[in-house]
Amino acid sequence: MVGRMSRQTRPSTSRRAWLQQLGRAAGSGAVYAALTQLGLAQASPARADFGLGRAPKGARVLVLGAGLAGLVSAYELQRAGYQVQLLEYQARPGGRCWTLRGGDRYTELGGASQHCEFAPGEYFNPGPWRIPYHHHGVLGYCKRLGVALQPFIQVNHNAYVHGQQAFGGKPQRWRELQADFQGQVSELLAKVVQQHQLDETLSSEDQARLLEALRSHGALDAQGRYRAGEIAAERRGFGPQPGGGVSAAPPHDQPLGLHDVLASGLAGRLDLGSGFEYQMPLFQPVGGMDAIARALAKAVGPRIRYRARVTEIQQDEHGVTAQYEDLARPGTPLSASADWCICTLPLSVLSQVEMRISPALRAAIDAVSYFAAVKVGLQFGRRFWEEDEGIYGGISSTDLAIRTIGYPSHHFHARKGVLLGAYAFGANAYEFSALAPAERVREALRLGAQIHPQYPAEFEHGVAVAWHRHPATLGCFAWWTQAARERHYAQLLRMDGRLILAGEHASLLPAWQEGAVLSAQHAVTQLHAKASA
Amino acid sequence: MSRHMRSALLLLGLSALAALPALALDEPRFSAGWGFDQRSGPALYAAICAGCHMPDGRGARGAAAYPALAGNARLAATPYLLRMIMKGGKAMPAFAGVLDDGQVGAVASEVLRRFGPPGQSAVDIANDEVAAMRAAIQQEQRSQAP
Repeated sequence: MVGRMSRQTRPSTSRRAWLQQLGRAAGSGAVYAALTQLGLAQASPARADFGLGRAPKGARVLVLGAGLAGLVSAYELQRAGYQVQLLEYQARPGGRCWTLRGGDRYTELGGASQHCEFAPGEYFNPGPWRIPYHHHGVLGYCKRLGVALQPFIQVNHNAYVHGQQAFGGKPQRWRELQADFQGQVSELLAKVVQQHQLDETLSSEDQARLLEALRSHGALDAQGRYRAGEIAAERRGFGPQPGGGVSAAPPHDQPLGLHDVLASGLAGRLDLGSGFEYQMPLFQPVGGMDAIARALAKAVGPRIRYRARVTEIQQDEHGVTAQYEDLARPGTPLSASADWCICTLPLSVLSQVEMRISPALRAAIDAVSYFAAVKVGLQFGRRFWEEDEGIYGGISSTDLAIRTIGYPSHHFHARKGVLLGAYAFGANAYEFSALAPAERVREALRLGAQIHPQYPAEFEHGVAVAWHRHPATLGCFAWWTQAARERHYAQLLRMDGRLILAGEHASLLPAWQEGAVLSAQHAVTQLHAKASA
Repeated sequence: MSRHMRSALLLLGLSALAALPALALDEPRFSAGWGFDQRSGPALYAAICAGCHMPDGRGARGAAAYPALAGNARLAATPYLLRMIMKGGKAMPAFAGVLDDGQVGAVASEVLRRFGPPGQSAVDIANDEVAAMRAAIQQEQRSQAP
């Protein structure tokens, strides 16, 4: 959900090392195949004309959970003529498709409550915040339901790459570092060619072609060198910017040498927009991600029962019954029955719900724990990142525990603005989760001020969401290991009697909303085939 | 922890926290990479366990629950505790990949010290007990591989 946090499914260190080894041994095609296997690089197979045939007369379906998977399931089933009822734990639709605005109150596990005091029009998406152009399922429902989209800026050449030990802790412009790394590596390779060290590998024609391509790729001069001057400045930028003034020769900054780039440790952190899920263009709904949830909930209509906690799911050859309690009247058991059930509750929750299912499905549900992630939204009274630093949208990355600063891709030049002030994952997410919300905000401010010293003077208000403290999900997204996927994934997607699972956890796109949508389409298709048989 | 700080915490009613032996002040609040950098039991508990099981070990309940550690009868079995920390289970993530044997032993000992049955509260779990459990889990996982 939380898009790979940006790292939604960031490979673990060991997996990354394994992928690198695989790349060296078998080439990038093998890496892509492996990523696909792991669910990390998939073009979405969603079809714009998705729809079921006609439902059997009077057939009823119980949908558990009104996040994107539950809403899409209900929407498609209703279109086909099924009678649908939804049960949702929270008091709102959308699940992790969620936006916090001024006036909202959020109480996390442990009881800490935050009152969001953002200014009117300002918002923060604690869950998913971006939609790749190839997530056809999500985009398709946005189109069909009239959810207005705007570009989400993933790569901003003028945003920062920051390392505490790099360049004395001074943030570097992505543009300069990227141009210098690409330029220096191109020069190096050009030298290798010119010194005839590739004569056995490449024909002389290919060597000439490569040299020509490297000149353009790396902004090299006619001699194949990456040097201060007009050509390099067209990539890394001028200092100061040309365009006015009386000087006939704008000064050109000295590029960083290859050693400086490598020694900074930042060269491996320039791939912000290279991954398939992060290639431009990406989109966001105008006004907040929950526009998608609200549009789907409106289309589904009044059949969603909120604040219903599911405690037990039973089934036999005639139908399915869910026991639940109304959070307003705890202790009073209620039940809902139907012919079929689509269960979209997160596995972190489902692993504690008593269910009449096969041992294999139970084992699959119990085999997956959830990824940890924390996001902090910070409102500032002045858009200093735009005014002082020329950063309009995009992402700065850092090795500080906040990992990411995301700048709003909307309302440019407005007076106030809300930054994504932290997007912590891995160990840092656990460490942030263990802090009280106000302390998380303080830490995001303290750390972020190392990149933007304007923080203390301009800060107005912050909210912090630690996904393992979220009462409805108990985690961020399904953290499939390769072993668990090989062993349990197929079982998790199989219809079990009259019940089938859906959700990002039941997809090859964990964390992404597209995974929830595709799994919902898969589930309703399986259910419809069985119901129509 | 200074005596002054300790008495201040006691005044606040945070006796459990005040009773910590030397909550190492030089432990980092945030780790640098994917693994955890804290070494002591109290610091590891605060960095990892407290997020879900809460700082005082009382757990939490929402759509589903994080079990309380305080008064948890299952803590009577050290192998269960070590297995849970390293291999995880259901919603509990596996921490074998991000904690070394010394850290697992330190955080498990801390959990026993604070929440374990009276007889176990003074036991420090030895590194070789952790190493043996780690090896056993790895062996199981190899034999389960498809």
